[in-house]
Parts: sequence; structure tokens; C-alpha cells
Amino acid sequence: MTAVLELKGVHTHIGAYHILHGVDLHVPASEVTMLLGRNGAGKTTTLRTIMGLWAASSGSVRFKGRAIGGPEAQQRTPEIAQAGIAYVPESMGIFTDLSVKENMVLAARAARRAEELDSRRLEWIFGLFPALKKFWLYPAGKLSGGQKQMLALARAIVEPREVLLIDEPSKGLAPSIINNLIDAFHQLKAQSTTILLVEQNFQMAKALGDRVAVMDNGRVVHSGAMAELAEDARLQQRLLGLSLGAHQ
Amino acid sequence: MNATTTTAGSASTRSVLKLKAEFDWKPIALLVVVLLLAWPLIGSSSTWVTLSVAGLAMGLIIFIIASGLTLIFGLMDVLNFGHGVFIALGAFVATSVLGGMADWTASDSVLRNLGAVFVAMLVAMAAAGALGLAFERVIVRPVYGQHLKQILITMGGMIVGEELIKVVWGPQQIPLPLPTTLRGSFVVGDASIEKYRVLAVVIGLIVFAVLLYVLNRTKLGLLVRAGVQDREMVESLGYRIRRLFVGVFVAGSALAGLGGVMWGLYQQSVVPQIGAQVNILIFIVIIIGGLGSTFGCFVGALLVGLMANYTGYLAPKVALFSNIGLMVAILLWRPQGLYPVTNR
Repeated sequence: MTAVLELKGVHTHIGAYHILHGVDLHVPASEVTMLLGRNGAGKTTTLRTIMGLWAASSGSVRFKGRAIGGPEAQQRTPEIAQAGIAYVPESMGIFTDLSVKENMVLAARAARRAEELDSRRLEWIFGLFPALKKFWLYPAGKLSGGQKQMLALARAIVEPREVLLIDEPSKGLAPSIINNLIDAFHQLKAQSTTILLVEQNFQMAKALGDRVAVMDNGRVVHSGAMAELAEDARLQQRLLGLSLGAHQ
Repeated sequence: MNATTTTAGSASTRSVLKLKAEFDWKPIALLVVVLLLAWPLIGSSSTWVTLSVAGLAMGLIIFIIASGLTLIFGLMDVLNFGHGVFIALGAFVATSVLGGMADWTASDSVLRNLGAVFVAMLVAMAAAGALGLAFERVIVRPVYGQHLKQILITMGGMIVGEELIKVVWGPQQIPLPLPTTLRGSFVVGDASIEKYRVLAVVIGLIVFAVLLYVLNRTKLGLLVRAGVQDREMVESLGYRIRRLFVGVFVAGSALAGLGGVMWGLYQQSVVPQIGAQVNILIFIVIIIGGLGSTFGCFVGALLVGLMANYTGYLAPKVALFSNIGLMVAILLWRPQGLYPVTNR
């Protein structure tokens, strides 16, 4: 299985804090890899380190075999994004003073104005998230939490990207909107997009994930097929401290 | 079923209407209130018109200078206390250019006079922009993210700049007379309006319109506005914000140079400390406007310009305090400034 994204022995320090303690992660192409773990396990730091927003102090991050992170890599966040990795942070990173349209134009590097956006792709996005079409000209700051999450995801896919890094998209959202997001992820998966998804919602993880990596204390402590973890209640209890029964 | 649909429809219309009511008119209303309140206080309509035009001209010159500074702060959190050096350089370059074009400035032709002023403005902008490029690279870049050091080193940079200006142009005050046809006033009814102030208003409005166009209608402007809100996300979308920042710094410095020419002509003389004198005013303006907000900077600058002229006439003793008082009053009303930039 080809790894499109590979982390080996990645350590990340934020100021005086040592957050990642040698992360090894293998993200196969065209699959959805779920990154699970309790709060503070290092999931967000892992995504930010891949994106170059925090520098890996040792180890290596490779994208399609090329070093993009680690002491030897020269790549910075804009180059990493240009290489084909899109990032949706937990905070969503919406430009609230800009309209929905302006947010989308900004995310499409090839477009200088809305008319230059790929219209077929835009229609597909509107099909996934109709609210964005309705509020196209309105300030993004006025959207609801769910609509902002849709915009954050739409921004990441306004142009084809090889890898999507998405941090807790379901956080605080109503079940109907979560279903909407799951549907969008299924369609992206069908287009062979590689997705690395941090998620606390185990039902969503089960519905989407092909592979899973579980983090604890800044390390990956388990990796394997999602189906395997979904079926093994004892493993879930040990790794995540959750009983699937309580979540069904 | 129909009833349900109608209810849902009207709820949706309401939410759309709520979204549409996005523009905040209150600061504009405050500007109008200040203008109208001053009228009965001043008593004479002609004096009120003269003072208002003078206030708007002063406000627009301050806006030209401060607009770059607010974007520089908004985009990279850089507190540039050395912005005044670009104003001073612009003004001194103008003395040399206009001095060298004495036959144009002394001519009775409006075109030749305006031509000389525009050449002085362009040369001043180029000089201030070039100095801005060097200033960013040598002084600002090593202290990104360190506010205290930024304040100290940029102030130090301004002091060094002022001393260098003294080396080139001398420490004394240099007169900067207006070209022949720009002297004097238009008389409208009983009110006398200085010609140069009208020119300053026109140039200020052109700069404002160009800035608004670039910020709202071009991708570059979108990047600047987005960067002011969340520069990390702009980088995550694949844009090099450092490069954008250098561009904004150079453009902001060039605008300060243009403002320096206009301020020098407004005062009709130039001293090496001109930058430090204006520095306080421009910081008041960007704080009143909301750090990082261009529109806020525009409204704030007009308020400061009007207030300085009205209080200078009505109560000269409190004129010095008036702008600080205005800032305190506005921050009590809106602690983040008139048009706060969200996410900051």
C-alpha cells in the first residue's frame, strides 16, 4: 500500500513543551485514515506539524516521498499547501469579515475572481452544501457553526487537492449536519482523495475510516484497519477508554 | 403543509434580511453628529464651512499616512513606531524637488503648478517606498513577534532617520511654499476655503477610493484583508504572507511619503521632527478606527481632523487634549475601535 504521507519519529516542541514524542504515521493514498485519541494526545499538533505550522524538531515528514517537514526539510506552510495538501483547522479558519464568495475565491489559487472558479466543481460543492449557494454573498461571520464548517470544507476542496487534513469537523454540530459531512467525505473518497481526519465522534470514524491510528501522549500507539477496531470492544476500551455500547 | 412552508420561508427571509443589515452606520453617524454639533457652537456658518473643510483636509492627509500603518499592524502584528521617518523623508524630498522646479512652481499656469506637485509626490513616494523596503529588511524583520523590541528598534530607526535627514538637509526649518496658483482661497458665499485644502481633500478621496478598490475588488486586496484576520490560514491556503507583508510595508511607506509631502505643504514648512509630531496623531487614528481596519482608519482620521480644527477655534487651550479625549471617549464606547477587525 503506497503511503502518500509518511511521518517517521516526529518530535515537535511548542516553546518549552515537548508535545510529539516520535510519531510514526502511514497515510495510504486514496483512503480515509482516522486519527483518534483523547484530548491532548497530540492529534492537532500532528496535523499542524504536517502542515508546517509548527516545526518538527526531529524526524521526518514525507509527502509522496519528498521531505516536507523535519530539520532537513526547507518547505514552509505555503509550499506544503501548494504541493497539494489542504488543511481545515479545528477553529475552521473562516475569514469572517469576507463573504462566502471571497472565502472561496481566496482558497482557489488559480482564480482571481469568482467567475474564474471551476463552475462544474462549484455546482458539485453547492450540491453538497446548498447553504453556501444561498449565502454566497453574505459575510462568512454571519453563518451558523454548521454552515461555517461546510464553508471550511468547501474551501479545502474548491480545487482538487491530493490530501485533506481535517481537524474535528463534527465538533458541536447537529446530527443532520454531521450526516451531510459524512456524505461529502464519501464523495471525496470516491474521487480518490486521501483524507487524514482527526475525530472524537467514534460513530463518524466508524462510518468513514478505512484505516485508523490512535494517539496517546504524543505517540501513535495503535494503527490498523478501522473495521478491526470497530469490531473489538476491548481494544476500544484499552485505546480510547470508550465502550462502543454507550455510543450506539 | 402550506402554513409550515410559509413559516419556514419567512424565517429564512428574516435571516437573509438580518444578514444583509451588515454595514455599521453608527461611526458614520457620529461623524455627521460632530459636523452638525459644531455648527451652532461655532455660530457663524462661514467659519464652520472653513473649519470643516480644513478638518476634512487634515483628516484625509492623516488617513493617507495612517492607512499603511494600520495594514502593517493588522497583517503582521508589527508595531512600527518609525512610520514617521517616511513622512519626514517625503516632506524633505518634496522641498528639494519643488526647489529644483522653481520655474514650474512660480509659473502662473495651474497645470505646471500641479505638475510640479505631482512630480514631488511621485519622487517622495518612490524614496519613502525604497526606504520602507530597507527598513523592513534591516529593522523590522529581525523582531517579528516581539512587540517590545519592535517599539524600541523602530523608534530608534526613526531617530537615526531624523539625524540622517539633518545631515542631508540641515537641522533648520525649511520653507515649503505652495505653488503660485494653489495659494489663496476660493470664496463661497461668506466662507473662504483655501485652495490647497480642496486639493488635499480630492487627493485624499482618490487614495481612499483606490485603496477601497484594491482591498475589495482584487485578489491582492482579499489576501490583505484575510491576512489581517488570520495570517496562518492564509499561509495554509498556499500564499506567502511574508512577501505580501513586504509589499504592504513598501506601499504603506510610500503612502506615508505622499502624506509627508501633503502635510509639509499644509504647514508650508518642514522640520526634521515632522514625523515624530504626526506619529501621535496617526496612532490615535488607527486605535480609534480599530487596528487593521482601513475603513475605520478613514472615519477615525476624519474625526481627528475635524476635532482638531473645531477645538482649535472654540477652545484653543484644550485643543491639545481634544484628540486624546476623543480616543478615550470612543474606546469607552467601542473598546476595539470603531470598526474592529474580527479574529484579532
